[in-house]
Amino acid sequence: MKILTGNDLQSGAVTWWDGATWSLHVEDSADVGEHGEDIAARENAARRVVSPYVIDAEQSPDGIRPAHIKERIRALGPTVRLDLSLKPADADAGMWVI
Amino acid sequence: MYQYDSYDQALVDARVADFRDQVRRRLDGSMSEEQFRPLRLMNGLYLQLHAYMLRVAVPYGTLSSAQMRMLGDIADKYDRGYGHFTTRQNIQYNWIKLDEAPDILADLASVEMHAIQTSGNCIRNTTSDQYAGAAADELVDPRPYAELIRQWSTFHPEFSYLPRKFKMAVIASETDRAAMRLHDIGVQIVRNAAGELGCAFYVGGGMGRTPMIAPLIREFVPLDQFITYSEACLRVYNRHGRRDNKYKARIKILVHEIGKEEYSRQVEEEFAHLLTQGIEPPTAELERIKAQFADPAFEAGASDALDRSDPDFALWIDNNCVTHKQPGYIAATISLKPVGGIPGDASSDQIRLMADLARDYSFDELRVTHAQNIVLPHVKKADLYTLWQALDVAGLGTANLDQVGDIIACPGLDYCSLANARSIPVAQKLSERLAPKQQEIGELKLKISGCINACGHHHAGHIGILGVDRKGVENYQLLLGGCEGADTSLGQITGPGFDEDGIVGAVERATDYYLAQRENGERFLDTYRRLGMTPFKEAIYAPNSVKNGEPANG
Repeated sequence: MKILTGNDLQSGAVTWWDGATWSLHVEDSADVGEHGEDIAARENAARRVVSPYVIDAEQSPDGIRPAHIKERIRALGPTVRLDLSLKPADADAGMWVI
Repeated sequence: MYQYDSYDQALVDARVADFRDQVRRRLDGSMSEEQFRPLRLMNGLYLQLHAYMLRVAVPYGTLSSAQMRMLGDIADKYDRGYGHFTTRQNIQYNWIKLDEAPDILADLASVEMHAIQTSGNCIRNTTSDQYAGAAADELVDPRPYAELIRQWSTFHPEFSYLPRKFKMAVIASETDRAAMRLHDIGVQIVRNAAGELGCAFYVGGGMGRTPMIAPLIREFVPLDQFITYSEACLRVYNRHGRRDNKYKARIKILVHEIGKEEYSRQVEEEFAHLLTQGIEPPTAELERIKAQFADPAFEAGASDALDRSDPDFALWIDNNCVTHKQPGYIAATISLKPVGGIPGDASSDQIRLMADLARDYSFDELRVTHAQNIVLPHVKKADLYTLWQALDVAGLGTANLDQVGDIIACPGLDYCSLANARSIPVAQKLSERLAPKQQEIGELKLKISGCINACGHHHAGHIGILGVDRKGVENYQLLLGGCEGADTSLGQITGPGFDEDGIVGAVERATDYYLAQRENGERFLDTYRRLGMTPFKEAIYAPNSVKNGEPANG
């Protein structure tokens, strides 16, 4: 599947296109198919996101998982500071990245 | 230490106001990201893997207590309670909000700090010896000359759009503690046969994807001409440096391609021309700067006695303290490398504590080192035990300077958008694995980069590690034999790479082999240089531990 990601203009936070707006959680991502570039251009122009781009991902039993490790780390947060990640209570969250 | 005059302060304040307006225009939509990006980068604001990252300049690594305290306060007020000290003697914050960035710059300006020229193709923050002004072996304090470079290079109109970024280092000791020859320009203050002080210029060094050791371009430039000579070096580079290929745009490529003789010839020609133009700053300005780096009021006759009865304290003295030029004093390094910790990170509370301790025990002064530690440069030996106790309680008393646990590591793929692999987890595992052998191993500089840009200085590590992306999987190359000192050398790759656990085992095998083979007094680097790569490689890739380059039981 293809999903769309970028950063929030004001906070810089990693965001994911859920089909209608931008979510902090990769699990909310919508499959944008062939429309990613069009959505990215529209959202970028509206200043709702910075530098959006399309990435490959797969629908795993545990949810949507970006194909590349860099995007998985973006989706989680720094693996060495899980307390600052989106899953601070999950001590094994880092394993999801690898 | 240097204090801003009205020109410095006005310049920094004006930049804050400019950036505040630029951020406002970006947020209200009157400026696109394409228009805004170069402006934010000129103020050290990057968009990294998880958020905006602000890189704050620490000129030649020198900080006052008030500045250090502000860095701690910024970590709490605008970030997530910590900062990361970098290999360029700066500090970075990882979780900055765009609309708050101008307020941070204003807070920094209130303590004579900024983030100007911490990004972009300009002359970056000048680095120096972390023991400057304290070292027993220095000819003079190099920082006034680094400060003069700062003033000359700040907003220099001719050098704001160089072919590529440009890094300078200034030292004044025979012992190079600033990796001087791995900079675009390395300046070493020397004394000539006539007893006069001047500068030796090394030009065209650097790490990155094409590591090079800077050749000596000129043995002696009089101190009252060193800005003019620097300008000549930059002008030739700016004229001929490649702008068509960013990977060949650094000055090291130019010097290598046209040869140091031709580069020197052009610099001499330009230098002769510039001498007729009178561009050197007035001597009075240098003297004004030098006066601000005068020695603090050391106590005459201070005792050199140290009570070493506490073994942990004695170990810390032996490992983390160096001789001071003033009897009765010592320069103490605070390691930001606890066992299993994140190299270079310090919490806001730790940052403020170090500020307070500098105020109480080091004449209000601290230094950031390129090895991502903090130095209290002027500690009276009589105060040392009290100081160490305060550090130890706060997790800042680790006794491992220049040892295998004192690992340089870039932020890597945990934070950096350029990285290919994570550096920090590898550093943490190595730190934990090798901690029991650390004292036995002795001096061993271990440096880890998460990509070829080499922010972790892996080329200069006695043991270096480079993280690469192998078909979407982190992989780590091992290098041996690098060194950043007076005998600068570049590490050589051992062979096939390893996965995250495998690289830990490989480094351990290299250190075990060293321990088995070393002769009297040899450091790891000495043994490696004596024996060469082959036996180390055989030990690292021994059949019972590695199969086809991959760890079998690493």
